[in-house]
Order: sequence, then C-alpha cells, then structure tokens
Amino acid sequence: MREVNVSEVTEAVKKLCMDANYYLPEDVYNALQEAVQKERSPVGRFVLEQILRNADIAREEQVPICQDCGLAVIFMEIGQDVKFVGGDLKEAIYEGVRQGYKEGYLRKSTCHPFTRANVGDNTPPVVHYDIVPGDKVRIVLAPKGGGSENMSRVMMLKPADGLEGVKDYVVQRCSECGGNPCPPVIVGVGVGGTFERSAFLAKKALLRPLGRPNPDLELAAAEQEMLERINKLGMGPMGWGGTVYALAVHFEMEPCHIASLPCAVNINCHAARHKEVTI
Amino acid sequence: MAEDYIRLTTPLSDEDVERLKIGDRVLLNGVIYTGRDAAHKRMVEALDKGEDLPFDVRGQVIYFVGPTPAKPGKPIGSAGPTTSYRMDPYSPKLIALGLKGMIGKGGRSQEVIDACVKYKCVYFGAIGGAGALLAKQIKKAEVIAYEDLGPEAVRRLEVEDFPVIVVNDVYGNDLEKEGRNQYEVKE
Ligand code: SF4
Repeated sequence: MREVNVSEVTEAVKKLCMDANYYLPEDVYNALQEAVQKERSPVGRFVLEQILRNADIAREEQVPICQDCGLAVIFMEIGQDVKFVGGDLKEAIYEGVRQGYKEGYLRKSTCHPFTRANVGDNTPPVVHYDIVPGDKVRIVLAPKGGGSENMSRVMMLKPADGLEGVKDYVVQRCSECGGNPCPPVIVGVGVGGTFERSAFLAKKALLRPLGRPNPDLELAAAEQEMLERINKLGMGPMGWGGTVYALAVHFEMEPCHIASLPCAVNINCHAARHKEVTI
Repeated sequence: MAEDYIRLTTPLSDEDVERLKIGDRVLLNGVIYTGRDAAHKRMVEALDKGEDLPFDVRGQVIYFVGPTPAKPGKPIGSAGPTTSYRMDPYSPKLIALGLKGMIGKGGRSQEVIDACVKYKCVYFGAIGGAGALLAKQIKKAEVIAYEDLGPEAVRRLEVEDFPVIVVNDVYGNDLEKEGRNQYEVKE
C-alpha cells in the first residue's frame, strides 16, 4: 500500500481550480485558431479572434477565462493500492475547492435550489470516484459553466430509433440551443448504460482531447457526420450566424438494457476548461 | 456587415436606439447597471409591491452579468455576459418603464422582442466567455443594491468603449434568425 496524505489532495485540488480557470487547454486554443480559418462569416471570425484574445489575457494576467468559474466537476481515479491517511478524503477535496475558489478570485456559483442563497464557497463539487489498478491518484478537474450545462439533455430513445435516431436527436438538440451555450461548442454524446450512466459518458466525452476521434470507426464516422450537420445549420459563433457552431462532437458508447437506448447530450462552451494532475 | 463601430453614451434616447440595426457593432460608454437572475426577481417583486427600484431604469442599459471577485488593484474581475432567456420573464416590465438596452448572450422570447419594438429598447449581445477581455473596458464598479446576493448584486459600472453587437433592434429584427438564414446549408 502506498500512503497518500489527504492534505496533498487539498493542495492539488486548490491548484487545479485556479489553473483550470486561468489557462485554456492547448487543444481547445488550437481548435479555435483553426476555426478562424474555416469560419465564413466576418462577425463569426471576429468573435473567434476575440475569444482567442480573451484566452491570452486570462493566461497572461492569471484571471478567469470566463466569469462563470463553474461548478467544480472532479474525476478521481484512485489506485487500488493507495491508502489515504491524515483525514477525510471527501472533506479534503471540498477544502481544496474552497481554498482554490477563494484564493484564486474565482466566482462562487453554488446556491440553494429554491431560495437561491449562495453557498459562498462553491461547495459542494461534483465528484466522480473510480477505483483503478496501481498506486497513483489521478485528479481531473473540469469547471462546468451553467450556460452550456443548461442546454444539455438526457433522452430515453426507443431501441428502434437506432444510431440514426441518436444522430438526429443530437443535431436537433444543438439546433434548439442557438447562442445560449456560448458557441463554438463541444458536443459530448453518451449512449448506453442507464439514465445517469449516459449522462456520465457524455460528460466524460467532453474530456477527450479535441480532434481525436473515437477509435471505433463507426462511432468516429457518426461524430464526423453530426459535426457537419450541426455546422450546416448556420448558427455560427455566438449564434450570430456562421459556419462554425461546434468544434467537435465526441461520442462515447457502452452496452445498455435490452429495453432502452439512453442518449445524453452534454454541451460544453468554448471555455472548455480542464486540468489534471497525478499524485 | 459594417466593420465600423457606432459609439454611444448612456443614458440612451429613443433616437439613439432607432439608429441601430441588427448586426451593428456598438461601443458603449458611460454608466451601465448589472443585474441577473436573483436581482431581476427582486426588482420585479419591488415593482409589484409599489416600491422603488435600486436605480431609475429610464434610458439605462442593464448588463446580465455576475462578475468574478476583483483582484487587488482592479475595479472588477472577469465580466462576460450570462444567458439572457432566464431574464425573459422579467425584462418586459423593465422595458415598459423606459429601459433602453440590455446586454447578454443567446436569444430572447417573442414577448421581449415585442416589448423592444413597442417601447423602443435594444437587446445587445456581448461575446460569451470573453470575461477577461470585456473586463478591460470596465473602469469602475460599485455595488449599489442587494449586496447579499454576492456575484448577483446590482452594480453600477462605468464603461469605456464596451463592445457589443445589436441582436434585437426596435424594428423586430433578430440577428440569430437572420444570421442563421444567411449561413444555413440546405440539402
Ligand atoms: S457557457 Fe461557458 S463560456 Fe459561456 S458564460 Fe457559461 S461558462 Fe462562460
């Protein structure tokens, strides 16, 4: 067993909160640069250039890329040979979020669902735990903004709808989103499992490096087809018209129940922030 | 679409907004006010009770934003627009009172578009997710109401050449619809 002190987790999470909010991942930055070349609308190109400039300013000045610093979504992959010492792991993660959002001048966006009273420290984060072989702890932190999360959906399709039904549903969903989720967007599609598993797969799909297709050729072709169909809708950057609405469609699939075809669409904005560290 | 900017200073008059057409790029100067979900709810509740609003909305512009905390020495943190449709239930009431502009992102309901035509108000779009860039055009920020709402408090901002684009004009046009028609590839 390898011992890991939970205080290390607090430190790591704190740093990830700040870094994820200040530094746009390189693959997203590159995809935006390519989008400037592809975009036919002058307003659309202007928007994309401003988004790139915004990322530069955020990086140079260490300020948040976006004022919506999101709910902290955290994926913990814990090696089965790791033993946590020094306290409560969950509390250590929460403390990292508290410190990161406070010391990083990040916006606190968690609130009571009905009174809307702000919790004040951006807890609780959404934590997904996974036990994996080995003695390492991998932490991926992805701040998720409300604007694009609100546009996401889970649809329990009928098995008869098949792959065509999934593709139609995803394109239709994007068509209804317009400028709301801060396009250009990244579209995560999760098919399979149960209701909540499909949503998890869609979220995981958003973490895949941009431009890397699904290794399954059929799914890769579906990703490409959906991307083209979405961009042909003409909604463009910020929904003000243009040829680049989505930067990528990432499709993840798992077996599901014989009676079901769960299909989740998780939309991410161009501020597709995520950072990771391995302890 | 014109590359030139139209410079406007708040408060805005009917003539100011009548000049604007969808797709126009505008640089706003002067004072604008912030308000998002919780502040709009409170403002409209105050109106329903016959109470005063935290500021006189006549001729003013409301920016739908909840900024990040200011770093020391800076007037404000990152400050890009939030999605506007959530303000749709409240906006027509403020527009009827003389509000001349709103800044946000995403589309608006038909009720808001109709109110913009009837009372002459413009809906501007700012670039969503460009909070670090947009904050540079904000020179001063001061909380004037609902401090307990934290990021959602109402702030009075002084802006210089704050860049926006006209999404809904006083003639009932809609940039989202028009832009999409122009670039849609029909098969
Ligand atoms: S959708 Fe994304 S980019 Fe837009 S405001 Fe929300 S977090 Fe920021």
